[in-house]
Amino acid sequence: MSNNLVEIRNLTKTFTAQETTVTALEEINLDIEEGSFVSIIGGSGCGKSTMLRIIGGLETEYQGDVRFDGKPIVGPSREKGFIFQDHRLLPWLSVKENIRFSLPQELKKDDDLIQHNLELVGLRGFEQALPKQLSGGMAQRVAIARALANKPQILLLDEPFGALDAITKVHLQEQMLRIWKQEKITMVIVTHDIDEAVYLGQKVVVMTPRPGRIKRIQTIDLGTPRRRTGSVFTRVRDEIYREFFEETPVPFVPSI
Amino acid sequence: MNQRNTVRKGLGHWVLYFTLVILILAAWESADMAGMLHAYTLPPLKTIVATAVEYAQKGALLNNIIVSLIRVLEGFAIALVAGFVLGVLVSVFPRFETFTDLLIQIIRPIPPIAWIPLAILWFGIGQSSKVFIIFLGAFFPIFVNTVDGIKNIDKRYYELVEVYEVPKLEMIRKITIPGALPSITTGIRLGLGNAWVCVVAAEMIGATSGVGFMLADGRSLSRPDVVILGMLIVGIFGKLMDDVLKIIRERIITWN
Repeated sequence: MSNNLVEIRNLTKTFTAQETTVTALEEINLDIEEGSFVSIIGGSGCGKSTMLRIIGGLETEYQGDVRFDGKPIVGPSREKGFIFQDHRLLPWLSVKENIRFSLPQELKKDDDLIQHNLELVGLRGFEQALPKQLSGGMAQRVAIARALANKPQILLLDEPFGALDAITKVHLQEQMLRIWKQEKITMVIVTHDIDEAVYLGQKVVVMTPRPGRIKRIQTIDLGTPRRRTGSVFTRVRDEIYREFFEETPVPFVPSI
Repeated sequence: MNQRNTVRKGLGHWVLYFTLVILILAAWESADMAGMLHAYTLPPLKTIVATAVEYAQKGALLNNIIVSLIRVLEGFAIALVAGFVLGVLVSVFPRFETFTDLLIQIIRPIPPIAWIPLAILWFGIGQSSKVFIIFLGAFFPIFVNTVDGIKNIDKRYYELVEVYEVPKLEMIRKITIPGALPSITTGIRLGLGNAWVCVVAAEMIGATSGVGFMLADGRSLSRPDVVILGMLIVGIFGKLMDDVLKIIRERIITWN
C-alpha cells in the first residue's frame, strides 16, 4: 500500500457546554496519502473544521488515534501548515515581515526564501505593503506564502476561499493546484463548496452533521489538466450533490 | 498611506475651532466694560495679561512653569516605564497577576491627593514628594490600559504563535506590544493628564515653587488674577503636551 501521511482511527470528539454534550465527530476513520489532495465537504456543524484542527494539532482533546507521519499528534508545528478562513496576517507588519515572523530562527534573515514564496503565489512587488492595502484574495495568498515558506509536509486549508468573490476564488484554486503539483505537498481542504471539493480533491470526503460522520469517500480522476466542464466532473458533482439533497424531486411548475 | 492625515483642514475648521473660546473671552471683556466685574472675584482679562507680564518680568512665571514641568516629566517618565513593564508582565504571566492583583486593586481607588500627607512626611516638601504623587496619578491609567489592551488582542493571533512555534519573547515583541499599542497610547494620554492634576494638587499643599504654588500663593494673597493665570498655564500646557502625544501616536500607529 502507499504511504499514509495522516492516519485517523476511531476518532470521536465531544464538546461539553452548559451540561449538554454535543458529539462533533463520531468514529472517524480516514487515511491521507502522502502527496495527495483531499477535499472534506459537509454542511455547517458536521465537524469538518474540527477534524482539520485535530490534524493540525490545534485541538488536542479527543478519543481515538490520530497519527501524522506515524507519530501521535501532540500539538501544532511548522510541518503542518494551516491556512485559516481569515488570512490572519498581523496588521502592523508588512507582507515581508509577516512571513519573516513565521520563519524558524535560522531562516529569519533569508530574504530569498521570502521572495521565492511570494513569487510562488504571484505577489512579487508587494513585499512592503501593509495587510490593509491588500484585497482579500491577495491577503490570503500572503497567508499561503507564509505557510509554504516553512516547508510544511502537509497544508491544511480551512475554508480558505470562503470569504472571497467567485472569480478570485477560481484563480486561487488554480494557483493551489499549480503549487500542489510543483511543490508536491500533501493538501487537505475543508469546504462547503461542492464544485471546489470536486475540482481540487483526488479524494472527496463527504461528511454529515449531528453527529459528525463520514458518509462517503469518493475518488476522482479528472485527468491532467483538470477541467471544470467535462463529464466526469459533472457526474461526480451531481453524485455528491445528491448526498446532501437526497430524493428531492425537482418541483414541476407549470407555466401559465 | 497617510492620505487622510495629509488632507489639509480648511479655514472653516479653524474658525469653528477657535470660536467658542473667542466668544467667552469677548463675553468676559464686555462684562468688564459694562462694569459688572469686581477685581476681587473675577478680574478683567487685561489684568490677567498684566499679571502675566509682571510675573514674566520677575522671572517667576518661567521659573514656576519649568519647575512644574520637570516634576511632571519625572513622575510621568517613571510611571510610563513602570506601568508599561508591569502591565506586560501581569498580562503575560498569569501567576504574577494573581500575586499582585489584590494590592494593585486596593491602591488604585485611593486618590493620589490622599497620599500627600504621607508623601510630605516621607519625602519632605521637596522634589521627591511631588514626583511620588505624580507617579501615582500617572501610573494607574498607563498600567490598566496596557493590561486591557493586551487582553483585548484577537486571540486568534496566538494560534499563529502555536503553528509557527514562535518563541515567547518574539511573541511579546511582534504581537503583544503592537496589538496593545492603541490602548497603551490612550493610557499614556490619560496618565499625562493625571500627572498635571497631581502636580498642581501637590504643589498647592506643600511647595515653595511651581504653578500649583503660584495658585496657592494667589489665594493667600487674595489675588484671583494670579490664580486664574496659574489655571490657564496648567490648561494650555496640558493641551499642548497632549497634542504632542497625539502626533506621536499617529506616527507610530499607521496600520489602522
